[in-house]
Amino acid sequence: MGKIERNTNGTLSRRGFLQSSAGLTFALTLPTALFARPAAALADNATAAAVGAWVTISPDGAVVLAIPVAEMGQGSSTGLAMVLAEEMDADWSRVSITYPPVKPEIFGNPIFGNMMVTYGSGSIRGYWDKVRLQAAAVRNVLMQAAADRWQVPLGELHTEPSLVVHAASNRSMSYGEIAGFAQGSTIMPAAMPVIDKSALKKMADYRILGKNTPRLDIPGKIDGSALYAIDVQVPNIVYATVLRTPVEGGTPEHVDDAAALKVPGVLKVVPLKNSVGVVAETIEAAFKGRSALNVSWSSVPTDSFDSAAGMKEFLAHAAKLDDKGVSYVAKGNVDDAFAKAAKVMTAQYSSEYVYHAQMEPMNVTASVGPGGDSAEIWIGTQGVSPNAFAAAAMLKTTPDKIKLNQFYLGGGYGRRSPADMLPEVLPLAKAMQRPVKLIWTREQDVKSAQMRPMTGHQVEAALDADGKVTGWRHRVVGESVVAYRGTEKALENNKGLDNIVLEGSKHEYGIANQSIAYLREQRGIAVAAWRGIGAGYNKFVIESFIDEIANAQNKDPVAFRLELLKDEPRAQAVIKAVADKSGWGKASAAVHALGFSYAKVVETYVAAVGEISLDTKTGIVRAHRFWLALDPGIVLNPDSVLAQTEGNVIFGLSQTLKEQVSISGGQVQQNNFYDYPVLRMSEMPEIDIQLMPTDNPAKGIGEASLPLIAPCVGNALFKLTGKRFRALPISPERVKAVTGV
Amino acid sequence: MAITFTVNNKPASVDAGPETPLLWVVREHLKLTGTKYGCGAGMCGACTVHLDGKAVRSCQIPVAMVAGKSVTTIEGLSANSDHPLQKAWLDLQVPQCGYCQSGQIMQAAALLAANKNPSRDDIVRHMDGNICRCGTYPRILRAVERAAKQGA
Repeated sequence: MGKIERNTNGTLSRRGFLQSSAGLTFALTLPTALFARPAAALADNATAAAVGAWVTISPDGAVVLAIPVAEMGQGSSTGLAMVLAEEMDADWSRVSITYPPVKPEIFGNPIFGNMMVTYGSGSIRGYWDKVRLQAAAVRNVLMQAAADRWQVPLGELHTEPSLVVHAASNRSMSYGEIAGFAQGSTIMPAAMPVIDKSALKKMADYRILGKNTPRLDIPGKIDGSALYAIDVQVPNIVYATVLRTPVEGGTPEHVDDAAALKVPGVLKVVPLKNSVGVVAETIEAAFKGRSALNVSWSSVPTDSFDSAAGMKEFLAHAAKLDDKGVSYVAKGNVDDAFAKAAKVMTAQYSSEYVYHAQMEPMNVTASVGPGGDSAEIWIGTQGVSPNAFAAAAMLKTTPDKIKLNQFYLGGGYGRRSPADMLPEVLPLAKAMQRPVKLIWTREQDVKSAQMRPMTGHQVEAALDADGKVTGWRHRVVGESVVAYRGTEKALENNKGLDNIVLEGSKHEYGIANQSIAYLREQRGIAVAAWRGIGAGYNKFVIESFIDEIANAQNKDPVAFRLELLKDEPRAQAVIKAVADKSGWGKASAAVHALGFSYAKVVETYVAAVGEISLDTKTGIVRAHRFWLALDPGIVLNPDSVLAQTEGNVIFGLSQTLKEQVSISGGQVQQNNFYDYPVLRMSEMPEIDIQLMPTDNPAKGIGEASLPLIAPCVGNALFKLTGKRFRALPISPERVKAVTGV
Repeated sequence: MAITFTVNNKPASVDAGPETPLLWVVREHLKLTGTKYGCGAGMCGACTVHLDGKAVRSCQIPVAMVAGKSVTTIEGLSANSDHPLQKAWLDLQVPQCGYCQSGQIMQAAALLAANKNPSRDDIVRHMDGNICRCGTYPRILRAVERAAKQGA
């Protein structure tokens, strides 16, 4: 079994590989187009001479793969290693992985502007072609080296795991042997060969992919040895925490730190931009000092924001049809379809703010050099290169002066993408001239939640005399994540369309005339990417409304969808499979009901059925069982896909039934798990998952199924009660309000 | 004033305020970082350790309370990460992000030490105070059942 090592890569030569006592290091160069740098990048810390290495082979046969993805439990560090190992035909038992240095031009994800980031269930689908081509080039070089050694044509060779074989002469040579004799020789090419995609392995030839493979990160996670950023121990460390502004954007105006400074162990109180830092010799002293602070904050317009009133405004905006918003999809002639419709259906849906509730509270450790222009950072982040570049910008230095040490992430779900901890830790580390471990309290983590935005929706369907859906309108109202998390300019550059908020609002239903629009609201709330991003509510809206349309015509919701998806064979396959598995259409116990949903999320096809019951007195919904069928294309590690999907059901059910951040006077009202409850073991359903791999490029898994859970619940509740549940969460209070109990 | 107690069968002496949560003593004074900070309010179970064999939330235990007592953390649960629960956790690939798992395993270990043959309901009741945000509950449940069967 492999293991994870840290930061083993040094500076490499300009050539395509490095021959050293460590063995052979393949520093693979990329096509020029992939060198495009993110706009945020500062001066290049990776000069042409300092290229990164994906693969290092030791003479003893050990293979170390540089895997740039953050590991937060989604399993893609193992998955990507499997892809590399498969294509270079490495012996998996000799494979270990390491984090590469911050060199996005080498290790960046092509679908995210070549940044080293891990989000959007995008690691496998983003790196899929890139790493396979790299690995195939490595295999080619190894084979060529053997061919030269044996003086035989390359075409007569093939590979077995970590072995080049010449069948005609019954000879073989291990990758380790080649790494050994290649040292100091000139047998290797000066540049890596370019491999054509058509030469890549086919699904039928896989030895590693498609088989259950234990995740490389798991052994350390059963005995406490896995290291998260919060665990880092650095000599001479001091501890810090912060009291942050209760309203997003506020700044400390008056800081009364007298009581805090009297707490034994507290060293310093440092006013920061939007918070006040307390630095102490121990974390317990820092936390105590924080409680003793008395700070008044500047007033900001968001002070007056109340989410309950805001929701009414959002929904009113959704209904204000003369405000067209920004068009996202304009297909056919929608106005004409509605003008000629025999029947029009209209509904309003909504979703509240939700919090990530990642188990590891936000934290980071940093040390700033004496000149103030260099830093070492210990962090678990989904945004490796953005954090490194942001640190360089803050210290007005170049990225090569920033050493970023990546750790495991105690939950990410989008929360750990931004570089929002650096504006606190870097000034503190600079002020102290000692390494500072900054840990937010859980309460601070909740109060400063960066939430999935609250949204209001209006959906409309035009039906002709035969009940055929001829027109579809969907208006999505909410604050912009792109503008908050990025910049106003970024939203402008995207023509005002927030692709995070709008994610999942497109669908595969064959409706000729469609309009989907974004109507932006601005309230100054911290809104962010949250597992599933826009699909988390947009699929709830679409799948519930499709169910409404089917029911209004007394059509079976599954049959109705199959009709609308007649040109989508992969969608049809997962729908039919899950309907069959769940006994859809057969009578179930009167007190239980099944609800159905289908969606394509992060390019994976998913269908789901949930079995629900309701305690009408308390309004508590109980989910008994979920059935899911998934086609993500090629399945790399089936058990890992099952694990992710189980997690999606539970996370999804949690947000469906329980989760809501409310805001009053601009302030988050919740504090901790006692008033922001998440799903517990006693509330988990049975989960039955059918994987339906197809020979298509591997797509996303980490958040593919989550958006399907809420519509399953809402659609099942409709069957049970005859009432529509159009607001998330479907909390007991809401259930009682809707059912009138 | 130094407070002395036993951690993972070894004597420990720490110089910390008597009210300091055991959690921070274990993590930052003794550098046993397998025990995690989750909520600081006894609501999530990430900080679960054994105090004289019973599962407790170390964030809620002032260190003065453990003077003379025996604390076991995830690092001390077994010599070679081979407690039946750890083996079951590995076999069933339970952890995802993994952050809550030390607490989950310590909570489960206290159950199996007291009840060799827990029913499914026993397990769910006993584990219900431990949050796993990633949603590994189905595998935790199966792993506890498997470990019980194999005689934890």
